[in-house]
Amino acid sequence: MHDKSVAQLIAGLHARQFSSVELSRCFLDRIGRLDGAINSFITVDESAVLAAAGAADQRIAAGGAAPLTGIPIAHKDIFCTDGMRTSCGSRMLDNFVPPYDATLIGKFRREGAIILGKTNMDEFAMGSSNESSYYGPVSNPWDKRLVPGGSSGGSAAAVAAMLAPAATGTDTGGSIRQPAAFCGITGIKPTYGRVSRLGMVAFASSLDQAGPMARSAEDCALLLNCMAGHDPLDSTSSELPAEDYCARLDNSLEGLRIGLPREYFGEGLAADTARHIDSALRELEAQGATLVEVSLPHSHLTIPAYYVIAPAEASTNLSRFDGVRYGHRCKDPVDLHDLYTRTREEGFGAEVKRRILVGTYALSAGYYDAYYKKAQQVRRLIKQDFTDCFEQVDIIAGPTTPGPAFALGAKSDDPVAMYLEDIYTLAVNLAGLPGMSIPAGFVDGKPLGLQLIGRHFDEARLLNVAHRFQQATDWHLQRPPDPAGEES
Amino acid sequence: MQWETVIGLEVHLQLATRSKIFSGSATTFGAEPNTQASAVDLAMPGMLPVLNAKAVRYAVMFGLGIGADIGRRSVFDRKNYFYPDLPKGYQISQFEAPIVGRGNFEIQLDDGSTRSIGITRAHLEEDAGKSLHEDFHGQTGIDLNRAGTPLLEIVSEPDLRNAAEAVAYLKALHSLVTYLGISDGNMAEGSMRCDINISLRPVGSDTLGTRAEIKNVNSFRFVEKAIRHEFERQVEILEDGGRIVQETRLYDADLDETRPMRSKEVANDYRYFPEPDLLPVVIDEAYIESVRAELPELPVQKRHRFVDQYGLSGYDANVLADSRELADYFEAVVAACGDAKIAANWVQVELLGQLNRGELALGDCPVSATALGGLIGRILDNSISGKIAKQVFEAMWQGEGRADEIIEARGLKQVSDSGELEAMVEQVIAASPGQVEQYLAADEDRRKKLVGFFVGQVMKLSKGQANPQMVNELLAKKLV
Amino acid sequence: MAIGQDEIEKIAELARIRIAPDQIGDVTRRITDILGMVDQLQAADTKDVEPMANPLDAVQRLRADEVTEENRREAFQAIAPAVENGLYLVPRVVE
Repeated sequence: MHDKSVAQLIAGLHARQFSSVELSRCFLDRIGRLDGAINSFITVDESAVLAAAGAADQRIAAGGAAPLTGIPIAHKDIFCTDGMRTSCGSRMLDNFVPPYDATLIGKFRREGAIILGKTNMDEFAMGSSNESSYYGPVSNPWDKRLVPGGSSGGSAAAVAAMLAPAATGTDTGGSIRQPAAFCGITGIKPTYGRVSRLGMVAFASSLDQAGPMARSAEDCALLLNCMAGHDPLDSTSSELPAEDYCARLDNSLEGLRIGLPREYFGEGLAADTARHIDSALRELEAQGATLVEVSLPHSHLTIPAYYVIAPAEASTNLSRFDGVRYGHRCKDPVDLHDLYTRTREEGFGAEVKRRILVGTYALSAGYYDAYYKKAQQVRRLIKQDFTDCFEQVDIIAGPTTPGPAFALGAKSDDPVAMYLEDIYTLAVNLAGLPGMSIPAGFVDGKPLGLQLIGRHFDEARLLNVAHRFQQATDWHLQRPPDPAGEES
Repeated sequence: MQWETVIGLEVHLQLATRSKIFSGSATTFGAEPNTQASAVDLAMPGMLPVLNAKAVRYAVMFGLGIGADIGRRSVFDRKNYFYPDLPKGYQISQFEAPIVGRGNFEIQLDDGSTRSIGITRAHLEEDAGKSLHEDFHGQTGIDLNRAGTPLLEIVSEPDLRNAAEAVAYLKALHSLVTYLGISDGNMAEGSMRCDINISLRPVGSDTLGTRAEIKNVNSFRFVEKAIRHEFERQVEILEDGGRIVQETRLYDADLDETRPMRSKEVANDYRYFPEPDLLPVVIDEAYIESVRAELPELPVQKRHRFVDQYGLSGYDANVLADSRELADYFEAVVAACGDAKIAANWVQVELLGQLNRGELALGDCPVSATALGGLIGRILDNSISGKIAKQVFEAMWQGEGRADEIIEARGLKQVSDSGELEAMVEQVIAASPGQVEQYLAADEDRRKKLVGFFVGQVMKLSKGQANPQMVNELLAKKLV
Repeated sequence: MAIGQDEIEKIAELARIRIAPDQIGDVTRRITDILGMVDQLQAADTKDVEPMANPLDAVQRLRADEVTEENRREAFQAIAPAVENGLYLVPRVVE
């Protein structure tokens, strides 16, 4: 059961080939046996899983099932789950059990999907390797010496290792796409405002967006159908109605114009990675798409702009963690100042503190114009680059990352080197565009991702292109060795 | 040296919405601690603000009320600082693009003169919670019920020159916002709180001196006292050759002094930036016109109308137009009796007098406007004298009934029967031969004074019910 | 842009984060690296470019003025570090 796609599992549940309880037990069992080597989950509540699965089975039997009823789904530990710890990968929230659900979690619950567990992540989603988690690093199922990518590294690893059929992630600068690429799975970051942010612990409010991570574009579409839609409790949520993301999956690519940004294929892209991306693009061309060279002339400013805006927003989003109302509180504070400074010293890890400090600096008196305001101006230039491109092409394609997954520890000591890993993914968040990563080959046994970028709210087209690609290729069907060394 | 005081006020006005500015929590005053603090108000992880439409409407009403430019695209910003009553570690406020721009409004001083005071801006923001310092084993307790209550911060130009002007400004502001119905204006409950910026300069100078800011003064009387005190403090420093330190001070009403606030010692760097969880508020012409169409007549307009329509003095018009309730009451009295000047006099002297003595609000007044109008009608038709009317009013206040019932029951109706009066006049003349002689010997001017004695005697004889005009006429005829 | 240790201390104080004395040098170095990278922004020509705070340039929706929240004090305070009589407790605050 564990290697089936979500689409296959839905069919199996409805054909009574297996029950949701059986399905859930299968994944609980795999997590119990295999996750020790990967560390992709932070919290799994077996009895809650089985109770929900039992209820789902009844609902299916009663004929009132929704598409995802009975399907176990793992959630990044950034989404608040009523009655279940939500740590955000941080010591600060190690004891935090929210008395409410994120909007997205509520949608999955109403659909009858099973919350399989909460997945590991970089602390407060700040990282590209999942090494900043308070709960320890996650291993890449393809090679345990490699990082799974981040920040949704636990979700990516769990799906790749078939510890969950699908998962949710969040993407502020590539945190769905980069781990999807590194772990050989499919992930989509929807347009900013497409999925509610309510109840998702905020990193950078104007960049954060939740999305699905699964083993195929079709599975991502099934999950996105449940996740997308307007939330009146999120002011930045779009009122544009969500569409059926499965409806156009099979559309022909005939006449599709694909833009290849010159800047994404130049210096910095590993040669073997470039080769694989190129052959993936040839496949799309073979299906009738036209490849057009385009330019995103402000690409070189993406990393600096992002690393001002994201830390600036994060620095104040994280001010609420003060030891007063929830979460970590230092022992025996001597005064209010001590309560604040020591709680935050102890509760936050090194990378989170660095970003808070950088963000505080960028917003402080005398530096605001040179940093924050400047970065917001550059942000507009970057968005305009995309707008110009989309006058010539329907989607943009390129590598998700400069190369495959790197070794655990290789960059953890050098923040700037780590930041450069996000070179191709950040601009999408700055411009609020939808972007996805799909498996496109292997370099030395390490997966690679092809990134597709669409116009605002054009998720269905990205999923269509990805699905057509996956109909013609089998990169997404490759499986890593079983984590415990057994044959799967 | 002669010093001139320069005062600017920042008023924090709680808007009378049912729910908070960014959440669906109730704003009821006096609830049990933290029972009106939702996940949003508590800054629980992942919580997001959504703007209350009523708060926006109220801010626009205020803007139109002072003839200000309405911000067509106003932006919320985060003002960052750590304080336990500020759960997010930032206050959502407006910095660069406030919802209300420059405006001004007219205040009336006690001498009847008016001044126009500039309003720099007014912006929407959220209130903080409350810190309670009673002893919790040496700790402070935090109640976040008030956190997220909508505030309109109204910033004046440094146009005010003394405590009396500052108070007149606040009273006019209070009158305006309660007219508009955008705030309950309850100062005791903190609905209107005031920060005072005050500096001195030599008379004739046009540069501003260094200012001190006095935080959170919450009554007209304290504003007056705090300004007087701060003036004296600054004069003393300046005349000793010292310099004023720019600082935030607290007015202590118990000690009647201002002192520096310790918590504000460290210069804050608020790191304002646009609140990414909220989007710009766009207000179009149609919206503004819809708000304008619903605006009530404002205090200034009403004041001018009372002068024009009823011939009242500026002072009377100011008192009567102070609150919408009082003005409505007054106009109902006029409608019932038909004489605005007598009505104005009765409302100001008798009605307000009784209310003040009983510490009652107009809403608790036992005498309705039509009832008071009815009473005045009896003065106008000569049924009773003004003096008797006061007795009747007192009885009405005690709940003894309507004017006519009381007049009837107590037999207070004025004696206007000429035969009856003639008899009384003759009786008085007969009983006072000395005074008659004096009167007859006097010249015209002196007679006018002496006739008062006879009037008084007749009134006494009639227990005050004789029609004074008829008595005068009869005396003029008989004393020859 | 080079940033001094004293400036890092000032920023840390604004952010209310204690930095242990033996770490301040390392933190300063890392942040200097990051700011050095970020400083590429200064070369960008942004004359007359409107800053962009929201990627969709959308406008604010308004909520009806209705009370939709009920009292959940018990649930919220069950996860609080220190409460008494319904109040959150912090070390004494001096005004």
